[in-house]
Amino acid sequence: MLDLRLYQGREKPTWCPGCGDWGILAAVKNALAELEIPPHRALIVSGIGCGSKLPHYMRVNGFHGIHGRALPIATAAKLANHALTVLVVAGDGDSYGIGGNHLLHACRRNPDITHLVEDNRIYGLTKGQYSPTSEQGSLTVTSPEGSVELGFNPLAVAIAAGASFVARGYVGDLKHLTSLIVRGVQHKGYALIDILQPCVTFNRVNTYEFYNERVYRLEETDHDPHDRLAAFRRAFEWGERIPIGLFYEEERPTHEESFPALREGPLVERPLRPSLEEFEALKAELL
Amino acid sequence: MAEKVINRLSFKIGGEAGQGVESSGAGFAKALARGGLHIFAYQDYMSRIRGGHNFFQIRVAERPIYSHTDEIELLLALTAEAVARHLPELVPGGGIIADAELKLEEAPLADRGVKLFHLPLAKIALEEGGSRVMLNTAALGAAAGITNYKLEHLESVIEDNFKVKGPQIVKANLAVVRAAYEYAQQRYAADFGYELRELPGPRRLVLSGNTAICLGAVAAGCKFLAAYPMTPTTGILEWFAAHAGRLGLVFKQTEDEIAAITMAIGAAHMGLRAMCATSGGGFSLMVEALGLAGMTETPIVIVEGQRPGPSTGLPTKTEQGDLLFVLHASQGEFPRIVLTPGDAEEAFLAGAEAFNLAERYQCPVIILSDHFLGTSLRTVEPDRLDLEKVEIDRGELLTPEKLERLEDYKRFRFTETGISPRAVPGHPKAVYVATGDEHAEDGRITEDPALRRKMVEKRLRKLELARRELPPPVAFGPDPELEETELTFVAWGSTLGPLREAVERLNSQGRRAGLVHFRAVWPFPEGAAEILARARRLIAVEGNYTGQLAGLIRQETGIKVEGLISKYDGLPFSPGYILEKLGELEGVKSGA
Repeated sequence: MLDLRLYQGREKPTWCPGCGDWGILAAVKNALAELEIPPHRALIVSGIGCGSKLPHYMRVNGFHGIHGRALPIATAAKLANHALTVLVVAGDGDSYGIGGNHLLHACRRNPDITHLVEDNRIYGLTKGQYSPTSEQGSLTVTSPEGSVELGFNPLAVAIAAGASFVARGYVGDLKHLTSLIVRGVQHKGYALIDILQPCVTFNRVNTYEFYNERVYRLEETDHDPHDRLAAFRRAFEWGERIPIGLFYEEERPTHEESFPALREGPLVERPLRPSLEEFEALKAELL
Repeated sequence: MAEKVINRLSFKIGGEAGQGVESSGAGFAKALARGGLHIFAYQDYMSRIRGGHNFFQIRVAERPIYSHTDEIELLLALTAEAVARHLPELVPGGGIIADAELKLEEAPLADRGVKLFHLPLAKIALEEGGSRVMLNTAALGAAAGITNYKLEHLESVIEDNFKVKGPQIVKANLAVVRAAYEYAQQRYAADFGYELRELPGPRRLVLSGNTAICLGAVAAGCKFLAAYPMTPTTGILEWFAAHAGRLGLVFKQTEDEIAAITMAIGAAHMGLRAMCATSGGGFSLMVEALGLAGMTETPIVIVEGQRPGPSTGLPTKTEQGDLLFVLHASQGEFPRIVLTPGDAEEAFLAGAEAFNLAERYQCPVIILSDHFLGTSLRTVEPDRLDLEKVEIDRGELLTPEKLERLEDYKRFRFTETGISPRAVPGHPKAVYVATGDEHAEDGRITEDPALRRKMVEKRLRKLELARRELPPPVAFGPDPELEETELTFVAWGSTLGPLREAVERLNSQGRRAGLVHFRAVWPFPEGAAEILARARRLIAVEGNYTGQLAGLIRQETGIKVEGLISKYDGLPFSPGYILEKLGELEGVKSGA
């Protein structure tokens, strides 16, 4: 276990008091410390939104990019230097709305990155519009008569699309969340961790009370995370009881392992120039 | 009959998509290059996999050539439609090779003085090769036979090209090509006024702009290409895919162009030389991330192969309509560099230099190509693609040793040049956050007006240096100082080739014509104003409607370009077209 102070950032978060992002920040630091990954050996790529400012609030390599695009940036960063631990931290709008296409392909590709979704079921930074995970009928400033679309089910979609690690955490259960992040990082491949988090300012429905009354840990049931169909059934469970924990896990080759170029070590460390012999052979193809 | 014309020939292979027009055309181009001849070849095809009409045009000469011509001397017609379309291009004395099965009417051909050379191409393909699929091989054999060209060059190309399909296929194609060659040579060679003879000398590369960019990029250490297939840069993807394993590269075909550019950004942020390639439509999707690269000062290279827009436009044709688009794409202001290579050799240099510029100025670099440059083929001397002359300059990239000695690293440090020493993630002394938000020197988000002002100025200051370092436009023609020149064309990108030849023709007719060609347009190179100021009667030649470079010249120098020769019908410029339009411009002028 590394000293948590190593990850102490210089900036004070601008999050609302009580926001779930505080807990996610703590869990990320705890997990990295527990895994003994120092700040310079990790990269956190984020999108845009309240929670995507997270890399600014700790000490770690960060890339705070544009809305919806954290996954391709992180996937390529991992290809460029697979010796580093790469995490993605982004919200539900970012990961499931504008960046939804990249989610599907990350599931298929299986890059060895851990994707934490700060799922507060609302757009917070733009002040309270419904998000992809808002339940149908949600009353928000842009859905005064109730949102029309069905709420997006990220876990079921990820399992169907081929994700090799699919989990749900809850910021109200920090110890459990930390252990999920640790397992996600340890998992060889793409790990999606959807994190239930209240937005204390704009979401009046999915509050701490709401979740506290409903969540239960899958680890305390007979759920087998290697059973894909069982994982599907659990992914559709939402109402009186809401499961958290590891829904699904499988081992398969990572995205990076499919590139011969990466076998001799991180690509950033390879010599830049081809040999004269190699280059002349390329030209000879054109003769 | 009159004396034969030796080694001066333009010919076309025309047929349906699916008949192998492009592959056989490229094979024949290579066979001619192997015989020491210079070629220029370009293809025109429709956006479909079967049917439609495609053609491949090859021009042969004994000296370097930079363009196709409008007139052709020989047509290999695989369909009757090919004859209908291309008959007007055939010169008197020219010929058409076609299968008797096509049942062509001879009268309109004879009226034009065009000879019809009937060959049982399909029958030869079937009897000698066992399949009608080899009809195109038969046609090539016929073309070589009728021009008396040495068969062995064609045979060697066939052996190379079909090797992967197994010895049976090689054997069958060789049998077809030989039979058609003999048939055509014996019956028709004496009748045809053009002959192709091999020349001694070293072999030359048959190079497309797309391949040239790949070779330049790889020579400069590019290790990463992310792209979504889109004409006309698909050739770049395919080249990388074919060579990735051998050269230790990563090629990633992405779900969309947004992923392509953001992957390039992610890889470049970690320290790789990374690139993406697309056309205008894909570049439209990349625009937001282009600004991210500008804001985070991430060095990436984007190849934008233009085709006619807007929207899907003419997906397999050529145009130069995106110059101002790539110059202005994205919200806000930030430095970018736009290179506009004119031919395959310049494309090689641009492919390499783009990475040096990107890393030196820590900004996105766009190589603005187009369908014509990307897919046309030219013979190039092998030593023009010299690995040892490709310099690798990573700019202010901090090594681990330098980082060790640093106390307080600030990624976006204010400097005189605006260039901040760059460190890539992985070192304990260089832990920072890069962000698309406005930020302070250490990368933290700021909304402070004074800091914002300084940061905007820091970034844009880089352009001033780049402006001085970019290659200025080059003057072509017999009078590069433009002292005696009465007419100067000004152009960018792929119009270079057709214009060089148009200028040659004008000078041979006693005119004093010159050409100023921009191989980089942004930041507007220092020195350009001075060259342009020396020119008398500037006429822009651009593949767009509005004269985008002409407008940019006016904006940057105050110099008014007098005339515009434009083209936006999807077809490339030819020397003949340029001269015809010049005549119209001058006719209007003198008639006024």
